[in-house]
Amino acid sequence: MRHYDEETLADLLRTLAAPPEAWVKAAQEIPLARRGLDDIVERAREDQAFRDALIADLETALESAGYDTDSALTEAVRERLSL
Amino acid sequence: MVADVLAHVVETDAQLVARCRAGDDDAWRELVERFSRYVYAISVQAYRLSDADAEDVFQEVFARAYVNLPKLRNDSAIRPWLAQMTRRLCLDTIRAGAREQPEELPEPADADDAIARLDEALYVHDALATLPDNCREILDRFFARDESYRNIGDALDIPAGTIASRISRCLVKLKTELEDEGRKPASVESGG
Repeated sequence: MRHYDEETLADLLRTLAAPPEAWVKAAQEIPLARRGLDDIVERAREDQAFRDALIADLETALESAGYDTDSALTEAVRERLSL
Repeated sequence: MVADVLAHVVETDAQLVARCRAGDDDAWRELVERFSRYVYAISVQAYRLSDADAEDVFQEVFARAYVNLPKLRNDSAIRPWLAQMTRRLCLDTIRAGAREQPEELPEPADADDAIARLDEALYVHDALATLPDNCREILDRFFARDESYRNIGDALDIPAGTIASRISRCLVKLKTELEDEGRKPASVESGG
């Protein structure tokens, strides 16, 4: 067991600075990205009919387009598209 | 009170990895949160990458970790596994840069020492996670996020004049936590 003085503790706490929040968020969204989040967002930006369908009924539109939906994915789509 | 009690219940790395492996998105978010500072610090402190290169390495490390997590033989070895992956990607980045600027050294001579220090910092950071919310928040904001007394006071709704003494008290709590022989921080427990 090592004994720490308060100055050493303070130095060690400073050592692990937080990375930019956007980096962390992007890494946290990897599972969603793999389930198609990026594809959905890109398609919604290029395909007005698909976007309209998402706005009308997000889950149904995603399922009709062949995506396996869950609450995390639908919530992320809502956030990314500001629905 | 409940939050204080819960703050002491810290999931081990192995438990967290097991949940990720089971497809739990919340666990993945927690895993990224737990190791994001470590991965970031290796690239910018041990390998002195630029922000742009560090961001590429950061995203690649977690992308590869997500894909290869099922292949990890020992769930509790996640920390050294991530460290090794980060080091390899940092070296690849430096080598790629060195091809354009041949005078660059392939690896900083003191990278091992820097990573040993980061391992120790992570140990302390794990201990911080076991402190009550008020202490964890104030120490993290002041030391790791470099926030001013005024910002901390505004964010936590406490008088700025009391922050120095609160920081001091919380450092004592952290010291006590680290000196408690019974505790075993999640990352250190994972070995490696």
